[in-house]
Amino acid sequence: MGILSYFRPKKQTSASVAKERLQVLVAYERTQRSQPEYLPQMQQEILAVIAKYVDVSTDDVQINLDEDCSILELNVTLPEKS
Amino acid sequence: MAEIIVVTSGKGGVGKTTSSAAIGTGLALKGFKTVLIDFDVGLRNLDLIMGCERRVVYDFVNVINKEATLNQALIRDKRTENLYILPASQTRDKDALSVEGVEAVLNELAESFDYIVCDSPAGIEKGAQLALYFADTAIVVTNPEVSSVRDSDRILGVLQSKSRKAEQGESVKEHLLLTRYNPNRVEAGEMLSVDDVKEILAIPLLGVIPESEAVLKASNQGVPVILDADSDAGQAYDDAIARFLGEDREHRFLNVERKGFLSRVFGRKG
Repeated sequence: MGILSYFRPKKQTSASVAKERLQVLVAYERTQRSQPEYLPQMQQEILAVIAKYVDVSTDDVQINLDEDCSILELNVTLPEKS
Repeated sequence: MAEIIVVTSGKGGVGKTTSSAAIGTGLALKGFKTVLIDFDVGLRNLDLIMGCERRVVYDFVNVINKEATLNQALIRDKRTENLYILPASQTRDKDALSVEGVEAVLNELAESFDYIVCDSPAGIEKGAQLALYFADTAIVVTNPEVSSVRDSDRILGVLQSKSRKAEQGESVKEHLLLTRYNPNRVEAGEMLSVDDVKEILAIPLLGVIPESEAVLKASNQGVPVILDADSDAGQAYDDAIARFLGEDREHRFLNVERKGFLSRVFGRKG
């Protein structure tokens, strides 16, 4: 502490690393449990249909349902044209 | 009508039973007729923490199976008036508990008690789900440590989806109780601060219990730590109970205690 600390490079404390990791994880887990139970299966089936025509993997598809289930948003990242 | 409180955490070893014992005793000390129920079937320990392990004759499962009446199974605390303990069974497993069985016992208790404090087992399996299912209020015990905070968030999710209140479209009242807090390590950047945990879990803070030698001493002797009124942990639990009952009390033991010259020289312990 004191004057010396001004000259030392700022090091991230382990507690702040813990906080950051938790914030990311907890946010992710909350979205997971707020989705309806059928969502993962539907995601797989939609992906299977798309995969029949285009070369995509699971990571390229994102499905979001908003809170009151009125908007279903489907994002598929298609492979770049080669 | 009794208020049903569940003391829960998801993760084990964070201080659920210590906290249940302190909370139950604290409420009884304030004059409320209180019963502490151990839901950890197969691994009961509340009796040991309360110091009544040698007085257990019948247990929770006996009452559910109608092998004993509630009055036969309830243990009256010898130190604190208005306080009763319903021990868990040591010989059965969690399947001995059923929603209907638990509901019947809680309904009978609700007729004569003000508070029913349910000490949940660790995990999110059947035992833990039954402990929280009928709750009006949840006290989520958390340590300032990553796995405990994550599991607390998980159990909050269960409270918000699988409790009776949630099924009825209402919500269980949630409180955060942060235990084993070490201000020295927080200041050194080695431990999540109370504000960090509050920010992540986003539920109201009931109290912060400092990491304290008094807790082990109390459990060694089978005396709830809240009765050790000279200890920091005992006082912190007392504050938490006062807040629970609506009193406005400032949080203590959050900052590093600066020792005076003499105590530093002689190494006197607080």
